[in-house]
Amino acid sequence: MIRDITIGQYYPADSVVHRLDPRVKLMGTIVFLISLFLFDGFVGYIVATLFLGGAIWLSKVPLKFMLKGLKAVFMLLAISVLFNLFLTDGVVVVQIWKIKITREGIRLAVFMAIRLVYLILGSSLMTLTTTPNNLTDGMEKALAPLRRFRVPVHEISMMMSIALRFIPILLEETDKIMKAQQARGADFESGNLIQRAKSMVPILVPLFLSAFRRANDLAMAMEARCYRGGEGRTKMKPLQYQKRDYITYGIYIGYLLAVVGVNLIV
Amino acid sequence: MAIRVENVNYIYGQGTAYEIYALRNINLTIQDGEFIGLIGHTGSGKSTLTQHLNGLLRATSGTIYYQDQNIYQENFSMKELRGKVGLVFQYPEYQLFETDVFSDVCFGPKNLGLSKEEVEKRACEALNSVGLDSSFYRLSPFELSGGQKRRVAIAGVLAMEPEVLILDEPTAGLDPKGRDEILDEIDRLHKERHLTILLVSHSMEDVARYVDRIIVMNKGNVQFDHTPKEVFRHYRELEKIGLAAPQVTYIMNELKQNGFAVDTEVTTVEKARDSILQALKI
Amino acid sequence: MGIIKIKNLIHDYVRRDEEGNVEGKSRAINQVNLEVEKGEFIAILGHNGSGKSTLAKHLNVILMPTEGSVWVDGKDTSEDKNLWEIRQSAGMVFQNPDNQIIGTVVEEDVGFGPENMGVPTDEIWQRVDRALRSVNMIAYRHHSPNKLSGGQKQRVAIAGVVAMRPQCIVLDEPTAMLDPVGRKEVIETVRELNETEQVTVILITHYMEEVIHADRIFVMDQGRIVLQGKPKEVFAQVELLKRYRLDVPQVTELAYELKLAGIEIPDGVLTTEELVEALRCWKNSRRADVKQ
Repeated sequence: MIRDITIGQYYPADSVVHRLDPRVKLMGTIVFLISLFLFDGFVGYIVATLFLGGAIWLSKVPLKFMLKGLKAVFMLLAISVLFNLFLTDGVVVVQIWKIKITREGIRLAVFMAIRLVYLILGSSLMTLTTTPNNLTDGMEKALAPLRRFRVPVHEISMMMSIALRFIPILLEETDKIMKAQQARGADFESGNLIQRAKSMVPILVPLFLSAFRRANDLAMAMEARCYRGGEGRTKMKPLQYQKRDYITYGIYIGYLLAVVGVNLIV
Repeated sequence: MAIRVENVNYIYGQGTAYEIYALRNINLTIQDGEFIGLIGHTGSGKSTLTQHLNGLLRATSGTIYYQDQNIYQENFSMKELRGKVGLVFQYPEYQLFETDVFSDVCFGPKNLGLSKEEVEKRACEALNSVGLDSSFYRLSPFELSGGQKRRVAIAGVLAMEPEVLILDEPTAGLDPKGRDEILDEIDRLHKERHLTILLVSHSMEDVARYVDRIIVMNKGNVQFDHTPKEVFRHYRELEKIGLAAPQVTYIMNELKQNGFAVDTEVTTVEKARDSILQALKI
Repeated sequence: MGIIKIKNLIHDYVRRDEEGNVEGKSRAINQVNLEVEKGEFIAILGHNGSGKSTLAKHLNVILMPTEGSVWVDGKDTSEDKNLWEIRQSAGMVFQNPDNQIIGTVVEEDVGFGPENMGVPTDEIWQRVDRALRSVNMIAYRHHSPNKLSGGQKQRVAIAGVVAMRPQCIVLDEPTAMLDPVGRKEVIETVRELNETEQVTVILITHYMEEVIHADRIFVMDQGRIVLQGKPKEVFAQVELLKRYRLDVPQVTELAYELKLAGIEIPDGVLTTEELVEALRCWKNSRRADVKQ
């Protein structure tokens, strides 16, 4: 299960999407997410599907790999779909006892499912094609103007990139700790809610201690390698817009126009 | 017969692009009271195998029998099995969580549903048999030294009174003296409590002194399964898979090739000394 | 003066209660004197808790002396203005490979040090390239560190230090969490750096097989240096080493045992070849005795 989470993972490949400036990808993701909530009809979703499908195809990330990431959020997806399906008023299509499914309900449920799936695919495409370092570099640079308002932009982006690096390690560690406690007869599956919450203590204590130890070690290792905040740092991979980045911005504008156009016409 | 493993395969991520055969067609029998060394380098499948023996991982195919009972049978209790086949993980940090040593050791027997008196009795006995007296009971497990933490972790599993004890790299990160102390302790448990012991390690030198049998794993296969002597005879093949026989094996083979009539099958320094002395004093 | 000079170093760990009052002190380092010449390969041995890691942390100014002084490349570590220069000239590799890799791609991690030092972009690339080559990890430059073996991760960590072009590298138990294959990889890499790049190496460990090629060995116990010398000299003291919770390689122990049994063997045998040679000599000389 734990291994299925693909958000935050990087999928190494050599593609146009991988080479894009992270700022462009960030912007693209934002544009795409906004567009999902602007649409209100099937034609709009076709446009979004083309956009997303094209981006995935260009990225060379296997679709199968991306879909695997959905498994982890399946419950969330199912709940929101069911809520929309059963709790929307309108023209009744099917009714069994007190439970009724309305046409509006189906429509909303389908749209909600598509929105959520696209939302996850869209944002995981960004993380899959951008190394976390690159991504945080992009955020750091995009948010740089905020420094004038004393926002610690460099520190925030450094924290994010470290968090991204340690998430897989801590997930693996959680797995090992669970097994170690299960070997001592711990039971995480049965019992009521309170008992289950209590049964998490033997996992959480070792996990937190380990996380603190790692944080401590890492801080020491960073200092030992002359890390002293953002001042005076140079970049191994400085961000510079290329021709392809400007073209992509152009595509975004085209996409947004198409979105607005579709909404006006339909 | 304590454990019988029949045709066990284990595949990680079956059906995906990342499919890995962690175990390939493993067949093994472990008799009651044996002291076995399980050797292999990282990724050889040795940890995966040990996690099958107490039901933490389920074989993709094949069967495992504990005391002639199929552990994959529907009504077989995995929880009970975990009490019988105790598994101590490599890093004690993964399991210590209570505020004091004594409560931590109580965790296992408590999970077995025993009475409070029985739980505490077992915890005392277990701590006693790893050489920690009552002055340690109220200490926080996190103030202890590496070797002491490891003892508490072992006691935590011993307190469940298992019949088989599996230890995953119990000496990792310890200094030489600490390593010898832990291994001696385990040896004592084997002798005094008649426990069946499976010692997972990547060091032949560490286990050669203690075990009756060595299982060598490589790439998910059992490569050798024999007495230490017999296994070390294949020292050239061991090298090829990134392992090494104890240094004495090399010394004795080298001496023999140089015309010394020594026994190349000795596995410890003491035996090597005796054999060399015998060869020299005509 | 050598690359490193330690004079009368004392380090106390101070335990404080919640209000910040001193609750107790424990002396981790007690009157240590040590000098290391440029290009040497030095090993510091000691059991867990002997003070060897505390000593290492002084060389990189992670810790400061309670009393006494430490100079790295002629610079006093207790002076604030020297801090970054010292950290640049004495690079440090730690025990846990996972907890010292910052980057999510190998080459980006190696570039982290030079970035912090303000090295221009072009030069960072050259340095990263060279550093990865020197530890034989260039083929993995685009990999994620999480997918590497323990030995490979440690080599990346070493490359990260090498890219900072340090005068010396301090390795604090770099092999404690590795399997034999990984241990060998790391030790060979370190030896190669010492030989081909003339980097001064200070290796801290409790694995005795790793230090037989060192130029000099220091053994620590209870915060003091209790034994020092060339590997042969140190390994001759089998009983003493055991008392300090250490060990000797099996070949050294065997030679020592044979010597106790009355066979003439030189002190501090370190390799199988030496032992075989010594036994052959002894056998031949005895045969000669018999003939006479």
